[in-house]
Amino acid sequence: MMDFIVIPILALLAATAVTVARIRNLWAAVMFTGIYSFLSASWMLILDAPDVAFTEAAVGAGITTILMLATLSLTPRRHRKSSRLSSEDFEERPSKSPVFPLLIVTITGCALVYGTFDMPHFGDPNAPIQVYPEPSFVEKSQPDMHGLPNVVTAVLASYRGYDTLGETAVIFTAGIAVLLILRKNTDDQGSSESQSVTGENA
Amino acid sequence: MDLLLAATETNDLLFNDYALVVTSVAILVTMILALIRAMLGPTVFDRVLALNMFGTKTVLLICVIGFLTKRTDFLDLALLYSLMNFIGMVALLRFSEYGSFREEGAEIGSSAKS
Repeated sequence: MMDFIVIPILALLAATAVTVARIRNLWAAVMFTGIYSFLSASWMLILDAPDVAFTEAAVGAGITTILMLATLSLTPRRHRKSSRLSSEDFEERPSKSPVFPLLIVTITGCALVYGTFDMPHFGDPNAPIQVYPEPSFVEKSQPDMHGLPNVVTAVLASYRGYDTLGETAVIFTAGIAVLLILRKNTDDQGSSESQSVTGENA
Repeated sequence: MDLLLAATETNDLLFNDYALVVTSVAILVTMILALIRAMLGPTVFDRVLALNMFGTKTVLLICVIGFLTKRTDFLDLALLYSLMNFIGMVALLRFSEYGSFREEGAEIGSSAKS
């Protein structure tokens, strides 16, 4: 039923990926990676994985774009070979013959596709993940889920809630440590700026 | 009577579904056009506009898919997408205006604190 949406989205994904690989303007490449994560997140949504789509949208489209731009601000904007005057964003790079790498990639891809033939069909009720450890595992956790729609969420946020809390505390501590180290560096560089920052903090 | 009611209900449902299908196809065509503009776009501003439009159309497409599959909790995701689209757009524009994030590093920290 959703084929008429899935096929254009996959085609757009492929077109975006080829563009990211071929474009020489790094700013535009960062932009296209943002488009790519938006598209893949919508595809994950159609595959009924909204939690993964949430993560992909927040990390892929939000944080990664900003991190890539921050990296880009420290590096030249264009590929060095194309720094001569030309407004073309797509340029042919002189490269070796692509036949041999293409052959290896094709063989590897065929092997991987052949490997997927042994996997159970999508949504197969007899797949190992449905019958093992035991269906009663899912059935018995139903009353413990307290209205959560997803077993994995129930396990992570309810059964293992203290684990998750501890992990969050560890990550928070690590973030504070990194921030403290970075703050010390700015102290060495400029005095007026750091004074304003520490004054604000205190 | 029940049969008639069921028939009108299914008719309504079908009409709704057709409307949603047509809407999603139109949104997909717009996404393709925006992507083409982003690929060709000679200037930065063409690309920024195309990306912004693409993100907006993604949000709309998610809403339509949510109503098509009767899972309106997808709307939360659409909200997150629009937020992410806005943040990415602001970052892209700041970068293309200043060429770096160095000046506003402190600004970002203070705005996160407040």
